Amino acid sequence: MTSLPTPTAKKLGLVIDLDTCVGCHACAINCKQWNSGGVAAPMTDIEPYGADPSGVWFNRIHAFEVGEGDTGRTVHFPRSCLHCETPACVTVCPTGASYKRAEDGIVLVDESKCIGCKLCSWACPYGAREYDITEGVMKKCTLCVDRIYNENLPEAERVPACVSTCPASARHFGDLGDPGSKVSQLVADRGGYALMPEQGYAPVNRYLPPRQKSSCDSAAKAAPVALAPTAPDSAGKFLQWIDRLLA
Amino acid sequence: MHPAFSVIFFTVSSGAGYGLLGLMAAYGLGDGLPLDPWFGWIGFILAFGLISFGLLSSLGHLGHPERFLRAFSQWRTSWLSREAVLSMATYAPAGLFSLYWLFVALPARNAGLWPVLPELLAGLAVIGCAATVVCTAMIYGSLKPIAQWRSRWVVPNYLAHSLFTGALLLHALAMTFAPGTEATAAVIGAGLVLSLIAKLGYWRSIDRLVGPSTPGSATGLGQFGDVRLLESPNTSENYLQKEMGFRIARKHARKLRVLALLFAYVLPFLLLLVSLVNMLGFWGVAAAVLAALSGLLGMLIERWLFFAQAKHTVMLYYGAPAA
Repeated sequence: MTSLPTPTAKKLGLVIDLDTCVGCHACAINCKQWNSGGVAAPMTDIEPYGADPSGVWFNRIHAFEVGEGDTGRTVHFPRSCLHCETPACVTVCPTGASYKRAEDGIVLVDESKCIGCKLCSWACPYGAREYDITEGVMKKCTLCVDRIYNENLPEAERVPACVSTCPASARHFGDLGDPGSKVSQLVADRGGYALMPEQGYAPVNRYLPPRQKSSCDSAAKAAPVALAPTAPDSAGKFLQWIDRLLA
Repeated sequence: MHPAFSVIFFTVSSGAGYGLLGLMAAYGLGDGLPLDPWFGWIGFILAFGLISFGLLSSLGHLGHPERFLRAFSQWRTSWLSREAVLSMATYAPAGLFSLYWLFVALPARNAGLWPVLPELLAGLAVIGCAATVVCTAMIYGSLKPIAQWRSRWVVPNYLAHSLFTGALLLHALAMTFAPGTEATAAVIGAGLVLSLIAKLGYWRSIDRLVGPSTPGSATGLGQFGDVRLLESPNTSENYLQKEMGFRIARKHARKLRVLALLFAYVLPFLLLLVSLVNMLGFWGVAAAVLAALSGLLGMLIERWLFFAQAKHTVMLYYGAPAA
């Protein structure tokens, strides 16, 4: 049913730290690996070793340049489904294949109902949905719904594949509907934000901004800090002399 | 947006079909439908044919056309589903009205042989045709990530183009089989003017349009300065870039707009004048038929531009400076 469920307290989602993301693409690779055998399998590749390779990815890592000069920086930017609270990709679906789960807010596609009209991908400003040309159906991030509740996995692995693999710990998974959860605390502490709130989709995922960097100018201008001698009288005249020399 | 030919043919063909069907029903309602068997048969076959061909053509761009029945289920939220439901629902009154016309009214040479029922069916058919066209327009009009389609000109455009192309077809049929049906001149004039106003208004509105989102808001990094793409996630184009990243050079767009105006409005206008001057002659008939063909060609160019000039917000992540 493409009518949205009545909002529930639980809003599972990701928090992505743009300060620590190093742009290694490991999350995208592990996503591809897990989901090639998961509920959304296969993650079709067309001509993977050819001149013009393409294929379905749920997670893509962009790199942006921001600002100019001293304060300019490179920011690696992972982009995946934000599991919006009011996702138009769900409401535009004519068949009921797209739906938002009432119990945890995850947005999913029931591929057996999808007619492949692609309208949901047109309705998403975030580019979360990718059409699988060989399967004739739309695919998207499942928030690893087949991992996070999977009792066959050790508890520590019951997180989305992208989160489990990130070497920089830039990806965090949790309940953003619970203000006391670790992810909500992280968002509160670091000033986490939603992407394009002006589109009105109310994304659940949050991004943590890069930390302010100290400017080269201010570091150069600061006077060197003088150390005060610390050797006590009991250290003897020689050591006190060396202490003064080094201070 | 990528201009998929199946969708362009669908919207132009079914738009013209609904225009023709709606006008025939409306004329039937006002007892103005010529009691000519050729006009009746060819008119209804053409209208239903264009609509059905359009609907079938829209199945052509589906990944799983065999599951199309599912598309009738989500009319509560989805304009595409509403369009599917209304297009099928419109077949009922329009089909029954055409049966009445072809098998009861025409043989008896009497439009008003039965009371009330034919009028009721014709009225429902007119409403159904208009409502289906509105749904088609709203499929595009409801997509927030495409600012050019959120324009309030989109619904008037689809309605006016449908009326205009339907009127061109009706005029060509009337000229050929039932000369002297003056009312079509008034309808066709109104259709042409409304369609032209809607088109020019739409183009004017999208030329000044700036979408609400920027690379800064798409990444949330606007607070740190100007945001530009350094590296795309992929080396060759992915689905998103192929589907949403279609771009047309501004100078080509201008040329195509001139062609659309020429074929959709200027040539039909001149040809219509010829057809009205030479109402009963061969040249009048030929001009009316050519006017309809030219109008449909102009609409195909216009519809192609409707897609090609629509910019999707997701391209902000792929280096577009604005959406």
